[in-house]
Amino acid sequence: MTMGPLKYGFFREGLIVVVLAAALCGLVGVYVVLRRMSYVGHGIGHAVFGGAAFAAVCGFDYLIGAGLWGLGAAALIGLIGRRRGLSDDVAIGVVTTASVAVGVVLFSTFGAARRNVDAVLFGDVLGARRIDMVVLITLAIAALAVVVTQYAPLLFATFDPVVARVAGVPVRRFELVLLAGVGLTVMATMRVSGVLLVSAMLVIPPATARLLTDSFPRMLWISPAIGATAAAVGMFVSYSADWPAGATVVLLDAVVFAVAFVAGGARARRALVGLDAHR
Amino acid sequence: MNGNANGNRIEPQPSSSAPAWVSTRGVTAGYGSCAVLDTVDVSIRRGDFVGVVGPSGSGKSTLLKALLGIVPVRRGTIERDQSLRVAYVPQTESVDWNFPLSVTQLASMPLARHRLTLRLAGQDRELVTETLARLDLTTVADQQIGALSRGQQQRAFLARAIVSRPDVYVLDEPTSGVDVRTRLDVVTLLGDLRSSGATVVVATHDLNGFGARLPRLIGFNRTVIADGPPTFVLRPYFLERIFGSPMAVLDHGGIPVVVDHGIAQPMVPAEPHRGSE
Repeated sequence: MTMGPLKYGFFREGLIVVVLAAALCGLVGVYVVLRRMSYVGHGIGHAVFGGAAFAAVCGFDYLIGAGLWGLGAAALIGLIGRRRGLSDDVAIGVVTTASVAVGVVLFSTFGAARRNVDAVLFGDVLGARRIDMVVLITLAIAALAVVVTQYAPLLFATFDPVVARVAGVPVRRFELVLLAGVGLTVMATMRVSGVLLVSAMLVIPPATARLLTDSFPRMLWISPAIGATAAAVGMFVSYSADWPAGATVVLLDAVVFAVAFVAGGARARRALVGLDAHR
Repeated sequence: MNGNANGNRIEPQPSSSAPAWVSTRGVTAGYGSCAVLDTVDVSIRRGDFVGVVGPSGSGKSTLLKALLGIVPVRRGTIERDQSLRVAYVPQTESVDWNFPLSVTQLASMPLARHRLTLRLAGQDRELVTETLARLDLTTVADQQIGALSRGQQQRAFLARAIVSRPDVYVLDEPTSGVDVRTRLDVVTLLGDLRSSGATVVVATHDLNGFGARLPRLIGFNRTVIADGPPTFVLRPYFLERIFGSPMAVLDHGGIPVVVDHGIAQPMVPAEPHRGSE
């Protein structure tokens, strides 16, 4: 019996990283989608390009640059949106495009290696190292801890922030935790999918889970399960077909979504109304 | 639902010596650069049942949010009794009805806000079950909130408020878009809550179906135009200042009935009788 690609250490490590990243995205993404913050995930995903470029030209790991930049971008989006009375989509548009522009200028000026640009844009899962796994496991444990210990207040704040605030739930603190969570998840997932596709892993599995169930608790496990399964299958398809791993995983996510969308009928489609709205 | 609202009219007011839940003095407040409230002076006493009436865009919802302390105040002061528990029922238009939540889960939220799960046990579970039964929601308890009728949706949010056992209910348009029976049920239920000692503050644009039955009305358009019993506030002079158009008031067994002034004049002149030509 052949072990196929599993006989390779780099594939096994890549597989673990992809599955962990997809499950983390699936969990955090439930809150992103239900808070109608899909565009925030998309924006932060693109914004970290600037940080990754900065790290690449400075010679340190682009994940670190992307992570710090992602947190900064999340804070800046929150700050601009609240302090100046602008809507979040305007703040996201400004921060995202400016960050991408910074990245393009840095890469062109300092002539960073082409491989760095490709890895940042499209991911480089086979380049995953032990540290990526440690970061993902740490983040996944932290996310699980928050979701489990703060389950009810987090749900209250996600569904109805104004009433939750009146009831004494620290809504503002939860919003900051969620923004930080999205920033860190994007950073950790970049290695898998690259900045161009990271928001797909945050949004598609939760949206698919919403098509399949009307229950919030079920969404919390269906979404990571869909993400992790698509990731695992995607890795093998990617190996067999010689396709980029990140893009293959996202394609499988999209196929599962399409099947659920068609098979779920009108009820499922009604469930999606508003999920694409900007926050 | 049981009611003690005699003839769907709720009375009487508590004594004016009751301590205030909230008092505003010269409050100007709003969002961004837009001041929605302009020099508002109002006091809500414990045990009050107050309706805030005014046209769309007059700042009724913003006034409620200012009373709750969730709108930034630019000028003036708000004093609030922080020891009282408050439940807020927002307008149903602001609710995400596609959220994956059942009626029971919605009603359980206030009790579960410090817990790891929405599954309640013991007395808390009984309270939710009883409240849903009181509001005729037992048969839809497991349904997703978006699958309910408009009246059921309003009652589901009332159930969530009741379950939190508050001292003060603040409700924004609780009878908007519901049928006559649900409206009467809501008025009766709120009367019951007031009778059991709660303070109730309601924003409504429904003058005859709701406002005229309350013990106290605040006629509002960015500021307080009139404050007192319906027979005082619902006068043509104040109504024109509140709504910006002339209105007539009829008397129906002591309850004022507001009619659009134009109703007295037919919009389309009647055709002349053929026989008279």
